[in-house]
Amino acid sequence: MTFAIQINHLTRKFNDLVAVNDISFEINEGEIFGLLGPNGAGKTTTLAMLSTMLKPTSGSATVNGMDIKNNEDGVRKSIGIVFQDQSLDEELTAWENMDFHGRLYRLQSDVRRQRIEELLELVELKDRKDDIVKTFSGGMRRRLEIARGLLHHPAVLFLDEPTLGLDPQTRNHLWQYIAKLSKEHGITIILTTHYMEEADRLCNRVAIIDHGKIIALDTPANLKDGIGGDVVNIRSPDPSAVVSVLEVPWISRIEKQYDGQVTISLQNAEQHVSTIVMLLNSNQIAIESISIHKPTLEDVFLSFTGKTIREEEADGKANMRMYQKMMRR
Amino acid sequence: MDIIYTIWLRSMKRYIRSKSRIIGSISMPLFFLLFLGFGLNSVVQIPGMGGDYITFLIPGMVAMSVLFTSVFSGIQIIWDKQFGFLKETLVAPVSRLEIMLGQTVGGATTAFIQGMIILILSIFLGLKSGNVLGFLIAFGFMALIGLAFTAFGIAIASKMEDMTGFQLIMNFVVFPIFGLSGALFPISSLPPFIVPITLLDPLTYGVEGIRYGLTGVSQINPLICLVVLGGFTVATTFIGAYLFRTIKS
Repeated sequence: MTFAIQINHLTRKFNDLVAVNDISFEINEGEIFGLLGPNGAGKTTTLAMLSTMLKPTSGSATVNGMDIKNNEDGVRKSIGIVFQDQSLDEELTAWENMDFHGRLYRLQSDVRRQRIEELLELVELKDRKDDIVKTFSGGMRRRLEIARGLLHHPAVLFLDEPTLGLDPQTRNHLWQYIAKLSKEHGITIILTTHYMEEADRLCNRVAIIDHGKIIALDTPANLKDGIGGDVVNIRSPDPSAVVSVLEVPWISRIEKQYDGQVTISLQNAEQHVSTIVMLLNSNQIAIESISIHKPTLEDVFLSFTGKTIREEEADGKANMRMYQKMMRR
Repeated sequence: MDIIYTIWLRSMKRYIRSKSRIIGSISMPLFFLLFLGFGLNSVVQIPGMGGDYITFLIPGMVAMSVLFTSVFSGIQIIWDKQFGFLKETLVAPVSRLEIMLGQTVGGATTAFIQGMIILILSIFLGLKSGNVLGFLIAFGFMALIGLAFTAFGIAIASKMEDMTGFQLIMNFVVFPIFGLSGALFPISSLPPFIVPITLLDPLTYGVEGIRYGLTGVSQINPLICLVVLGGFTVATTFIGAYLFRTIKS
């Protein structure tokens, strides 16, 4: 198995802030790989380094076998990028945006024309090809950007938050579309996201990144299995009592959350829920609410960081602002 | 070369579509020509230049139109930065120099066209056309002003974060460059202590060069004009290219 991307101890600092902290992993050829984490966790910084837009402070990486430090042009030719923020020329038509890109990547005019035709067909924008991008909806713009990213047949496609700000229907559509791309074209796709569901649905493997560090890396199924079965959340006025009463062998994990909720992991929760309620009742512990669900990546994130991704984002945003300030210098 | 052409092509497409911008930037020099030109024509006699004031003013207005359009075109890369399009260009396997040169040639071309429009309108306002060679000389100077000041705009834009500083640049840099250039009045009529400042203004040589081409008379030798403006163009291109390389993607 050859690797599309190899990352060795990659680190990026902005003054005192360590945006990406000594990360190492490999991405296989042809896989859809997800970088999952809250805003400000270092996902975009990692992508910026892999796409040679930003120099690493230390460490190294190769993309498609080419070194990101010594062979910038080689890397740039091997990759397509869809940035987090829109990067189309709104005054130009869909076709012209594609054509500009094709010329920048020095595609011959007949190859260029043929591929633009194909790709616009693929993203279902063919009948809008001569319309100015200004008139396009968010989803259409996203699809056009993906088509553009594929125009020079990159070995690796980076998608930075590809469905951010899109409505659920468009998001679903785009997911199907990305999965199809990977299957039919064998292209390696690396996407960053802070949507758990997106990572779960799309990715062969997911790296969970928080505060610049990789805290877990595996298939979504393995990650979810790793937390020990189903998840039961109990809300009670006395969480400590809940924890002490439920110290029983068939519960693989029990944790008191910062907000007074108690999270329990166990196999076959449906069968045990009545026992749990009985145990708590017999000890005169009030239950405000109880819920059972199959584990999600959100639970995985919670089990690794002790926080939900939304709370992490509150921290992360402060980092982001600092990071953006530094990028401006 | 093909990359420069690609970026130039984009500038042209955007230019042709921005009708309001075309009309907007023609209107100011045109109003100057109409109001100042006809208003002062009977009052003002330009010593030693023979012709009437409007003939004197036309080369200045052509230069003005090229100047403003080119600086604006250069500074426009801030829009590209803000709307994210610049990233698309910067991450492509092309050199920054090619991108910058493409932007410069594109901006200069739009500026040149804007100047041409004023020039053509001037023929109806009484420009007594000299000869073909004269026009060609004027075109050459217009092109140089366009290149120099687009590069100048790119240099400024490379150091600016957003368009908030734009008005400041226009008022405190571009307008003085225009005002001191001898576009509106002959430099010889200025008080002696201002003359050296006008001679430091690169646009002075552009205006004088165009004036020589269109009217056959100028206060500065056209060859000197060519050397100074040419040198300034090379310098701003280098500075612009250097600063453009420092833009963080």
